[in-house]
Amino acid sequence: MSEKSTTSSAAPGGMPGSSSGRRFSVEKPKNMGLTMRRLWGYLEKNRLGLFTVVLFILVNTAASLTGSYLLRPLINDYIIPKDVDGLLHMLGIMLVIYLAGATAAYLQSRFMIIISQKTVNEMRNDLFKKLQLLPLQFFDTNSHGELMSRFTNDVDLISESLNNSLTQIFTSVITLSGTFLLMLYISPLLTLVTLVMVPLMLFLASQVIKRSKNYFLAQQKAVGITNGYIEEIITGIKVVKVFGYEEKAETDFEKLNFDLRDKATKAQMFSGMMMPIMINMSTINYALTATIGGVLAVTRGLDIGGLASFLQYSRQFGRPINELSSQLNSLQAALAGAERVFEMMDQLPEPADAENAFKLTNVKGEVRFEGVSFSYSSDKVILHDINLSVKPGHKIAFVGSTGAGKTTIINLLPRFYDIQSGKITIDGIDIKDISRKSLRESMAIVLQDTHLFTGTVMENIRYGRLSATDDEVIHAAELANAHSFITRMPQGYQTTLDGDGSNLSQGQRQLLNIARATVAEAPILILDEATSSIDTRTEKLIDLGLNTLMQGKSTFVIAHRLSTVQNADEIIVLEFGKIVERGTHNDLMSGKGKYYQLYTGQFS
Amino acid sequence: MKRYFPFIKKYRSAMILGPLLAIIDVFGEIVQPMLMSDIVDIGIRNQDTHYILKMGALMIGLSIVAIVGGVGNVYFSSKSSVGFASELRQGLFKKIQEFSFSNIDTFSSASLVTRLTNDINTLQQVVMMSLRLLIRAPLMLVCAVIFALQINKELTIIIAVAIPVLSFAIFFIMKKGIPYFTKMQQKLDRVNAAIQENLTNIRVVKSFVRSDFEEEKFSVANRDLMDMSVKASTIVVLIMPVMMLIMNVSIVAVVWFGGNKVMKGDLQVGQLMSFISYITQILIALMLLSMTIMMFSRASASSKRILEVLDTDVDIKDTFTANAENFHIKKGGVEFRDVCFKYKSESDFFVLKDINLKAAPGELIAIIGATGSAKTSLVQLIPRLYDVTEGEILIDGIDVRNYSLKHLREATATVLQKNVLFSGTIKSNLKWGKPDASDEEIIAAAKDAQAHDFIISFPQQYETLLGQGGVNLSGGQQQRLCIARALLKQPVILILDDSTSAVDTATEAKIRTALQENHNNTTTFIIAQRISSIETVDRIVILDDGRIIGVGTHDELIKTNAVYQEIYQSQQQNEAIAS
Repeated sequence: MSEKSTTSSAAPGGMPGSSSGRRFSVEKPKNMGLTMRRLWGYLEKNRLGLFTVVLFILVNTAASLTGSYLLRPLINDYIIPKDVDGLLHMLGIMLVIYLAGATAAYLQSRFMIIISQKTVNEMRNDLFKKLQLLPLQFFDTNSHGELMSRFTNDVDLISESLNNSLTQIFTSVITLSGTFLLMLYISPLLTLVTLVMVPLMLFLASQVIKRSKNYFLAQQKAVGITNGYIEEIITGIKVVKVFGYEEKAETDFEKLNFDLRDKATKAQMFSGMMMPIMINMSTINYALTATIGGVLAVTRGLDIGGLASFLQYSRQFGRPINELSSQLNSLQAALAGAERVFEMMDQLPEPADAENAFKLTNVKGEVRFEGVSFSYSSDKVILHDINLSVKPGHKIAFVGSTGAGKTTIINLLPRFYDIQSGKITIDGIDIKDISRKSLRESMAIVLQDTHLFTGTVMENIRYGRLSATDDEVIHAAELANAHSFITRMPQGYQTTLDGDGSNLSQGQRQLLNIARATVAEAPILILDEATSSIDTRTEKLIDLGLNTLMQGKSTFVIAHRLSTVQNADEIIVLEFGKIVERGTHNDLMSGKGKYYQLYTGQFS
Repeated sequence: MKRYFPFIKKYRSAMILGPLLAIIDVFGEIVQPMLMSDIVDIGIRNQDTHYILKMGALMIGLSIVAIVGGVGNVYFSSKSSVGFASELRQGLFKKIQEFSFSNIDTFSSASLVTRLTNDINTLQQVVMMSLRLLIRAPLMLVCAVIFALQINKELTIIIAVAIPVLSFAIFFIMKKGIPYFTKMQQKLDRVNAAIQENLTNIRVVKSFVRSDFEEEKFSVANRDLMDMSVKASTIVVLIMPVMMLIMNVSIVAVVWFGGNKVMKGDLQVGQLMSFISYITQILIALMLLSMTIMMFSRASASSKRILEVLDTDVDIKDTFTANAENFHIKKGGVEFRDVCFKYKSESDFFVLKDINLKAAPGELIAIIGATGSAKTSLVQLIPRLYDVTEGEILIDGIDVRNYSLKHLREATATVLQKNVLFSGTIKSNLKWGKPDASDEEIIAAAKDAQAHDFIISFPQQYETLLGQGGVNLSGGQQQRLCIARALLKQPVILILDDSTSAVDTATEAKIRTALQENHNNTTTFIIAQRISSIETVDRIVILDDGRIIGVGTHDELIKTNAVYQEIYQSQQQNEAIAS
């Protein structure tokens, strides 16, 4: 009678992934104990709730076990002796028990959902906070897809497992032991049938699992390859079309797809066999119990009511076993997921600010690099012994071919990366001694890649300074020459930009980026190819705005369009991470060196 | 449903055989309580051990037959569902390959990837579960009812009441729950979008010190997700307890009425026991059914997304008259005749207006103009990446729509502004331009694109492996490879859309010289920013706000065209200071 069972197949936040596959190709957590302890750290806060859940599970399980057992006295003591009143009375009790069981079952799920959602909510928040603290190097070396999957797949695994696995495992264990004890109580001899059948079932199951594991691994691999191909081709679909590569792509894809089909069929087949085998083994168990029970009733006087209860139990015995094996696997998968989540949480953050770090105020903007060397990884030095100084309000420009180290230099200033040797100072203070927050707040950066956020144009510009009024935002947009195209959009400043502002042209995005930096009103300005996608006429207009903006600010400019750098107070020519020339435009032109070459090459 | 038939075709027989075998499985299982009741009512009552053993053997025999049926069902249902998914994936992939640029623009590439991967996977799961359960569950239900009727008709009334009550309860709960799940999915998407955005924009977040702001934003989205998840789930988890309760109440009713019948001698104890079993089975069948339905509702979202792609009208296809044999691009003369263009037909804003332009075969034409002046739109009309809204474009005097797309795009090479390289070697990437290119041809193209020198500076040279998107190359190097790839095609018409923006000026000049010297038969359109880089081209087209406001050589325009003069001055002024 009571099917104990799956609380809900719709796990909140659960992805409709191949849950049937999980039991066959589970990634094992490396350090199960530690991961469990840390997970417990989150769960612990809901200790009272968890305790309540356990209580409800006990009530629910007890109710269902008792319900099945009551069949025995019902048949033996009332139906066979024809006691109508007693039957009615007993059934009344049974009804109450079932009602209590159902209520407990509902409350148990409800509480558990709240606990699990709270837990994953907190984990996601922690993960996100961690993300904000991690150094850029981390993002350079980890793919976004990989990081995303910690937030989505791994956290989902945890939430699903908390929702179902924990309670299921507990319920199954209690049900199994309760059933076993009651079986023993009814008839120890008949219990032997179960004792023989259950190990047999487990053995068969393990055989199937063992075999399908390899097929699943093969399937996973094929899925990975196929999905990788899909991602690449779909992302580059426009190029595919321009080159008329469609047919070739289809044939290539077909090969991968068919390979996946063959492997997936095998994997699904083996894993699917589990169910009919287990169900029918359980039926055989039932048949054996009925037969031997019948024989026992004849030869040893087993009571019919007892046989009825026993048969109910033996019907149910397969389910918790099955449940246990699948839930233990998904728990394992969840722990592996949790481990990956914790692994990310354990990544080293940007080193903390020095204890009595300065807070920059009233920055004048004198910047000095003294003997700065830097490498991303130890084997290749990117910058060698860079020395330079920028007076407050001056403009310094970096030129040089791609890969010369221009972007790297300006990445060092806001401490996106820390230098290995040398010293960078602002107003005479080593930037290592300045709090990162105040350091970065003192500069406005316009990056080579134009990044915008989902939200309105207004919100995107205001990102530079959250306290900016609408008027200030508009003024900044005017300076950056973005105002006219913004007002031409149907909703003006209230136009919502999706994801990466894909409804704007590259140039328009850059204009917004410039406006965003303008509104920040920071004393140091960094422009990394800020105008590369803007045509020269527009650029000239922006230049007017930028000139106003740059007044009184120390400015770092990278541009490969030399016309935009020639009015800089100093031009630094970089090559292979070294400064090869420096001076004003006129100095460098008359020196007829590298700069002269670059410059004249442009007009040849 | 009907839309999926073509993808099932190959697996039709397996799809029918699977459920048929499920019948054997169900039958073997469902007769068990019936036989059990005979053991109790005949065997035990008559103290007939022999009979009991005989019936027991029958029960076990039937279970073994059932295993065969069950395994067979799994075999065929796995085969057909995986096969179906694979056909569908292929079909979808093919369809996307046929998409025009504007089709692609309406879907984001990320969403297309999801459709091809997750959504199809969901459908595969659903088809498989359907083939396993969808037949099994109703069959079990029907069989159990028939057996129950055989035991006692009056007791079956309880079942007749329980089934609708239960169905209604489940239906009601799901109806309430599903909208919440839809909302939950939206909240989840928002959370994921926030994470994605922060990953790509991490430098911006860091440079503006906005982590607190982002955390706050995220925690709001995250909290919304939590609240909605709890809401959605607490409704759905009602299903199980409610079902259990209804089932158990039915059992109590059966024991009451059945017990009374037993007392009167109208029913045997064994029959009562097997009746209880059938009730359980019936309600389990209902549960399976409701689970499948629930799965369907989840799958329907995936299915909708897949059909959206399949049903998209590809707006650029070969026209009726297209015939590569008849119409062959040889010289590459291009003419725009009264061309107007807008991206969306419902928009009333034309991106390009009244474009008239004629390019002679082999001519080198530069297009210059402010951001948003529709330079890219203009050149993309030539290889029919988009179709003109009004007017026509002729190549060698024939409307581009009369060429087959395949031929048209073979004859043209376009280097897009946002260009990508693919994982593989440098050589395999270049060969996109010409699959059977010889090494000499490849090297020649690379030399013209000024890519040869940096390629041979790599230890693996042309065999250097590129990561996806060419991540291990600098921006300028990627652009030069993209140009080389296009040049290898030896196209009749070449389109370069601002494809040297990350290349330094000296190198850019060399590329242009190579184009003029080695590809002088190729009609070339270059979109450029710098006048200095296009002074020597045959003609310059100035676009302003979607209109051509000047065409001519540098020398002509500099004298006559005000906008050109302005652009020139903005770039030249600085030079004056320099000299």
